[in-house]
Amino acid sequence: MGDFLSQFAELFANYDVLGAFWVNIQLTFWAAIFSLILGTVLALMRISPIASLQWAGTAYVNILRNTPLTIIMTFMFLAVWTQLQIRMSDDFATNFFRFAVIGLTVYHAAFVCEAIRSGVNTVPLGQAEAARAIGLPFLPAARLIILPQAFRGAIAPLGNTLIALLKNSTVAAAASVSTETSTLMREMIESNSDLIYAIFMTFAIGFVILVIPIGLLTTYLSNRLAVRR
Amino acid sequence: MDHGEATTTTEPAGTSPTLGPPLVELKDVNKHFGDLHVLQDIDLTVRKGEVLVVIGPSGSGKSTLCRAINRLETIDSGEIRIDGQPLPEEGKALAKLRADVGMVFQAFNLFAHKTILENVTLGPIKVRRERTSAAKERALALLDRVGVKNQAGKMPAQLSGGQQQRVAIARALAMQPKVMLFDEPTSALDPEMINEVLDVMVALAKEGMTMIVVTHEMGFARKAANRVVFMSDGQIVEEATPEEFFTAPRSDRAKDFLSKILSH
Repeated sequence: MGDFLSQFAELFANYDVLGAFWVNIQLTFWAAIFSLILGTVLALMRISPIASLQWAGTAYVNILRNTPLTIIMTFMFLAVWTQLQIRMSDDFATNFFRFAVIGLTVYHAAFVCEAIRSGVNTVPLGQAEAARAIGLPFLPAARLIILPQAFRGAIAPLGNTLIALLKNSTVAAAASVSTETSTLMREMIESNSDLIYAIFMTFAIGFVILVIPIGLLTTYLSNRLAVRR
Repeated sequence: MDHGEATTTTEPAGTSPTLGPPLVELKDVNKHFGDLHVLQDIDLTVRKGEVLVVIGPSGSGKSTLCRAINRLETIDSGEIRIDGQPLPEEGKALAKLRADVGMVFQAFNLFAHKTILENVTLGPIKVRRERTSAAKERALALLDRVGVKNQAGKMPAQLSGGQQQRVAIARALAMQPKVMLFDEPTSALDPEMINEVLDVMVALAKEGMTMIVVTHEMGFARKAANRVVFMSDGQIVEEATPEEFFTAPRSDRAKDFLSKILSH
């Protein structure tokens, strides 16, 4: 046992494990914020009374949701960076970090959209009718009446999406973010194959520590904030 | 079914001279739900200050008629005018018109995440752009009038059905509407709560509010209505004063319907 612990000590001494997790947390943080915004816009398009917006929202969700994240990330690297020569920053690492955030955002926005739409389905139709009946146009009715209730009904599925996003942030390696966990794990295994169990445990436990509080928090919040009817 | 102490009803005349110009006009209105022809060539005029009760069996189209007047249901053909203006198709103009048409629903539909007071002030503040303090003051006066001022800080789910429906009436009144639509306002209520809602509606009628009320409450119709319209299978079958309609219905369908709701 002591031997096993010393293996961990050796790994943590030689590699910046916490720093790698910190990169994933940052990727998740920014992608979560941007995908929440984009996903809300998409959800609004899908519930709007305008047919062309509904169609565009539906098309976006179906295309992005069904594209493997690795392909989106590789696209950011091969197409956007190599072919189109688009630069997000002069700094190499910052550039790819931002590409990764964009890739994660466009992919997870599709899931956020569907989580919010499931929340909208928890809001009785009468709420929207009452909002329209007092003279609120679509957007104010959505902002003041529908979305505040829909978000409360969508906390649990949004939490699921956040958990998936955190784990999917490791795919940022495909967009050449070289400091995050999956890249570090590969490096560690390549040079320390004798410590494979310790390496595996390090990353497995690391993600468990990050994911479990998200699940507990969203369950608590969805009960706490539920709209009483 | 007769509520209240109304044995000595004053008989409102169908074409009382106190009524104003036409406020709500429907001409040749048709609507289908798939194969079902739910509104068939509806012609109806409601004048300013008039209280119209729409009665009929379920599925007769009376709720659809009520909802079509502020375009919660679209119509296939025909024309609906409110205060001389044709109903706009969509967008800002429609929203503006809806603000002038108060609506009370069967299921109350109070905004579940807002307090009672916020439910009443939301329209005046966000649609009419009134100052918050002025809107609050007026909302509290309205809540006082419908007898739920002491509940102003609570959430809708904490109130009884009758209280919620009275708040819904206050919410509609806060917009200072030209006409109020009531879509079966007491159908979802426990019997002991029906009268508290009807009392508010009767008081409103007495003050001269133009009202279109879909209801089966004959007591209300006798006390407050100028006219009763009987609908069946998407058509207006009969129009009469409440007294005429309930004591001497002319059509067989109205007789049949009344015998069913009066038989026990």
